[in-house]
Amino acid sequence: MIKRATILITLALLGLIFLQMVVEYSPSTALNPLSTHYVTSGPDELGAANIVTAVVVTYRGLDTLGEVAVLFISAAGVGLLLRRKASEKEEERSRRPSSELVGTAIHFLLPLIFVLGIYIFINGHLTPGGGFQGGAVLASGIMLLLLADPDTRLNHGMIEWLESSAGFSYVVVGVLGLVLAGGFLDNRFLDLGTLGELFSAGAIPIIYIFIGLKVGTELSAVLERMKD
Amino acid sequence: MMLLLIATVLCAGIILSALLAVHLGNIVSAAISAGMASLFAAIIYLVLAAPDVAMTEAAIGSGLTTVIFLYAIRRTMEPREK
Repeated sequence: MIKRATILITLALLGLIFLQMVVEYSPSTALNPLSTHYVTSGPDELGAANIVTAVVVTYRGLDTLGEVAVLFISAAGVGLLLRRKASEKEEERSRRPSSELVGTAIHFLLPLIFVLGIYIFINGHLTPGGGFQGGAVLASGIMLLLLADPDTRLNHGMIEWLESSAGFSYVVVGVLGLVLAGGFLDNRFLDLGTLGELFSAGAIPIIYIFIGLKVGTELSAVLERMKD
Repeated sequence: MMLLLIATVLCAGIILSALLAVHLGNIVSAAISAGMASLFAAIIYLVLAAPDVAMTEAAIGSGLTTVIFLYAIRRTMEPREK
């Protein structure tokens, strides 16, 4: 009874908070000063055509590093909890074979998905998307591979090497920004180039390539651990 | 006006699939409805001009999470034959 009343009171209070947010909501007609700074001087300062990327990778780069660290810890946790024991390694299981449709389509789709993922994170400073999105697309390609052939074994040595070297290089690029330019993860120690070209925006494409590889390999490792 | 209509339909889709996810008896269907809620959310992000967020939501929210749920359901349902 008390439990039920507590739940109802909590829900009512939450509802009150949201009601206030809805009633007092008025769409903002102008950007606030910080956003104005990002939008007006972001492209000139950092050379990134995609302002979201400029904010995510440079102005708020430390937050992104934190997100990558969170993902790393969760992937490590899954790996620790679901590690394969040596005894059940070569256990034969009768799996239902995947459908012919998936098995045939993968030969056509997998290269396209990988190319799309790599395109998304290499062009992160120009078009919507970036390291996280591209990495997730790469991992969905791996997911399709695992669905099409459940007996696929990923090369763990290569995945771990790629993941740890990408993470390490990300921090190294950040420190290079600290030493050679204005601060940690500052992208201006490389030439900014012309706005809108592939080789522009200083170190942002390099950082996004590392983030994309790291996110892609981490999510693939999680999927592979969950599978068997 | 058109945008408002599309957004309303998509929001209704999110709420409906979230309710389905909670109330469906079959746990596999519930996992898939949860993925559907994410898919509707991804489309509404795209309609609201946030393609970056939409991409993440579609790939992680409706793709990877659903498959991880399904793998987890299989691991916990299937009796360990030893």
